[in-house]
Amino acid sequence: MAAWLVRRVAASGAIVFAVVTFTFLLLHLAPGEPFLPSGDTPVDPAVVTELRRQFGLDAPLPVQYAKYLVALAHGRLGESFALHRPVAAALADAIPNTLALAGAALALDLLLGLALGVYQAAHARRLPDVGLGYATLFLNSVPTFWLGLLLLLVFAEWLGWFPVGGVVDPVVHASLPWAGRAADRLWHLALPALTLGCVGAAGTARYQRAAVLEVVGQDYVRTARAKGLPERRVLLVHTLRNALLPLVTLFGLSFPFLLTGAVLVESVFAWPGMGKLAADAIFRRDYPIVLAAAIAASVMVVLGNLLADVLYAVADPRIRVHDQ
Amino acid sequence: MNARAAFALLGAVLLALFVVGEVRRRAGPSAAGRRFFRHPPAAWGMFILTFFVAVALAAPWVAPYGPSITLEIVALKNQPPSLLHPLGTDLYSRDVWSRLVYGSRVSLSIGALAMLVAVTVGAVVGAVAGYVRRWVDTALMRLVDVGLAVPRIFLLLMAIALWEHLPLALLVLLIGLTGWFGTSRLVRAEVLTLRERDFVAAARAAGAGGPRIIFRHVLPNVAAPIIVSAALGIGNVMLLEAGLSFLGLGVPPPMPSWGNMIADGAAQLATAPWTTVFPGVAIALVVMALNAVGDALRDAFDPRRATA
Amino acid sequence: MSELLLRVRDLKTYFVTEQGGGTARAVDGVSFDLHAGETLGLVGESGCGKTVTSLSLLRLVPEPPGHILPGSFVELEGRNLLVLAPKELRAIRGNEMAMIFQEPMTSLNPVFTVGDQIAEAAIVHQRLGRRAARARAIEMLALVGIPDPETRVDSYPHQLSGGMRQRVMIAMALVCHPKVLIADEPTTALDVTIQAQILELLARLQTELGMAVILITHDLGIVAGTVDRVLVMYAGEVVETAATPELFARPLHPYTEGLLASVPRLDTPWPRRRLHSIPGQVPAATAWPSGCRFHPRCPYAWDRCVAEDPPLLDAGTGDPGSHGVRCWLLAEPARRTRQRPP
Repeated sequence: MAAWLVRRVAASGAIVFAVVTFTFLLLHLAPGEPFLPSGDTPVDPAVVTELRRQFGLDAPLPVQYAKYLVALAHGRLGESFALHRPVAAALADAIPNTLALAGAALALDLLLGLALGVYQAAHARRLPDVGLGYATLFLNSVPTFWLGLLLLLVFAEWLGWFPVGGVVDPVVHASLPWAGRAADRLWHLALPALTLGCVGAAGTARYQRAAVLEVVGQDYVRTARAKGLPERRVLLVHTLRNALLPLVTLFGLSFPFLLTGAVLVESVFAWPGMGKLAADAIFRRDYPIVLAAAIAASVMVVLGNLLADVLYAVADPRIRVHDQ
Repeated sequence: MNARAAFALLGAVLLALFVVGEVRRRAGPSAAGRRFFRHPPAAWGMFILTFFVAVALAAPWVAPYGPSITLEIVALKNQPPSLLHPLGTDLYSRDVWSRLVYGSRVSLSIGALAMLVAVTVGAVVGAVAGYVRRWVDTALMRLVDVGLAVPRIFLLLMAIALWEHLPLALLVLLIGLTGWFGTSRLVRAEVLTLRERDFVAAARAAGAGGPRIIFRHVLPNVAAPIIVSAALGIGNVMLLEAGLSFLGLGVPPPMPSWGNMIADGAAQLATAPWTTVFPGVAIALVVMALNAVGDALRDAFDPRRATA
Repeated sequence: MSELLLRVRDLKTYFVTEQGGGTARAVDGVSFDLHAGETLGLVGESGCGKTVTSLSLLRLVPEPPGHILPGSFVELEGRNLLVLAPKELRAIRGNEMAMIFQEPMTSLNPVFTVGDQIAEAAIVHQRLGRRAARARAIEMLALVGIPDPETRVDSYPHQLSGGMRQRVMIAMALVCHPKVLIADEPTTALDVTIQAQILELLARLQTELGMAVILITHDLGIVAGTVDRVLVMYAGEVVETAATPELFARPLHPYTEGLLASVPRLDTPWPRRRLHSIPGQVPAATAWPSGCRFHPRCPYAWDRCVAEDPPLLDAGTGDPGSHGVRCWLLAEPARRTRQRPP
């Protein structure tokens, strides 16, 4: 088991390394000079050469690559053109917000999805199942940001129950007591997390319904009943324990979705996370931020998959590599 | 809406009904057909897809106005739905229904083209990796691992950030090139099982070489998961295109796409919500239809999977 | 005669089919008695209703498509199982009447250890504590002949061979010392040598524990070796019932005759004749033939067989009820000449 874990971690590290190399190549294979603004005013070639020398861009590619890796290792991700801050600092401010949003959305996704899926399976093919089936199909097919806009319209504009955007109230927040600040944060988190969470939950519910139905038809469920076990134990212990296994896989697979959703949803709700940071940076041609955000996102995805693999090995004894 | 457009719309509806009816009549009785139509959403999905394709093809007839036509600038700005403008007008005084219709051409084509690229590349890579194995397989699958590690939108954001002026055609190609990873794994898994089958050995004994075996013998048998992948893939591309357009990075105005229509509408969400709502509903309907049809196809192709 | 444990009268279990194919009358009026210590064999081809019969005894038939008809009667030691409240029924299952199934791999939960699964029944029915239950599980594993039970108790099903898994199933079923064990084709999925071991094990446990066993099988060889009394089923009905020696010596129903004749024998004289087979196929449960259900495949059938379904007639051995045959040939023995080629 330990050997397997080491191998998995090493593989994950290799993937991150490959992503880093890929971004470097992309950076240097892209047309145009990276440091010039996207204007059409012609620049004196002598200036260009001097700037290239200043940025170290005239060195041979392998040397630049080595310098790039060293800088990364030290956490130096470059300087943002537009924000005039180190990229690492900008990311460090933004990532916690994205994690909060993604975490809340994931919790909602898994819990609601699980509940719905199990409920649907328990009432398979009857009206509640059919109705929920169409509902989940719809929610799974809507553009996440569009759903966000709708929720914004209904709950923030028309009903005024939730704020229109941002992570905290700009005026009042600082003067609130500890509990009030927490509540303020939650209040602002609600709509964006609901948006991402509902779309995710719809997909999870569809998946989970199929998983439960498949397990319920299994012979070992019949054996459990034949042993005279109470129905509740049959469902909760025997059935669910097996039906939850796919949920672990889903957990791992949902990281890319959450990060993608973050980019769009954060823009809708003006949520200052790394998605919004990257989206805004594009307009300013501030690619160091975009690249750094992409690398950060990859690291999260890889870590998520690793975590999912470990959890799955813990949950399913058939997967565990036994040392016997 | 004028009379001609209304009739054309009716025509599209009838055509869609006819097509679904025909498919049901011809393919329905077969075992696969019965499995397909066992899902009620499948028939609906087919109807919706045919309807939208018909609308997209017949755009000049179904849309009473051109997509960039600005009508009376002041009087018709941001008008709610009415008889003349069934889906209202937007902030530039353009008829939303007409833009939706022309937008269907853009969004559906982007979806189909990008998916085509993705599925082709994915199928070829997966088939080669699964059949040849050895270092080729390892190398390709590491590449797939990297591709799957970076969320698709970030890959596209990077490309857009680094290329200053990205023509739409190139963007569509890039969308396709960022979406083949999953398909390749699927195809590879199928090919790994298929290559042990006797018909492959027979082909090899008859003197067929690698590429010939891959393309003529193995790939046709992998058609089923590829088709399902494709159906679901179009939906993903459409959602992605909508997202990019919403960020201002996709289809450039004034050419309408469902995504940039939502973007335009977002600014006046409170005053003219219909400009945002209708394009989103259109996307949701088409993606729903694709998901439903994709799920039903998966069941139809593989009788062993008892998806209740 | 030892005490009467189980009385089944006129058991009928029907299924409603989806595509409107009608009602499948899987079990259509089955009656039998089971005495303590007795082994009853339920024999027949696939589709004859033997598995559904066994599932019906414990009411394990999935209720939406299937239902047991009100006129049916299943009595265990004087208690009608079909009218018991769910809680009382659960007290019987696994406790006084237990069941083992055909496929040990899929019948065991893959995510729990075999020890946990065996102990579970003891915990639920006998209220044993976890440690005591674990000790019982180890005892049972030893009883069913699994070597090194203290280590094996923590194994998962996928780590065991097919024969061992079936032994675990048996251990699981017997942990509460049930009075009746229903074994649904327990050896069909196993190799022949393992088959013999499992059957020996069942026979030994039966004598040790004084259990009655209902053994369901399609294999006449197993029937000859282990069973006291045989029930031959066809098309949802019992077509012949007799003590094993009597059945093999004097098979009276044409179906039983056919089954026995189909068994290949090493002592067939040269030149060997073709393997005998019963012509035709088992009909679909939604459309049993009229009259005697076997008549389309019967070499002796005449018009009475097409018109009237015969009741279970006594074969006249002197001991009433000892040999029953559902065939008009008992009423008109002269007809026992071949009308149609075999």
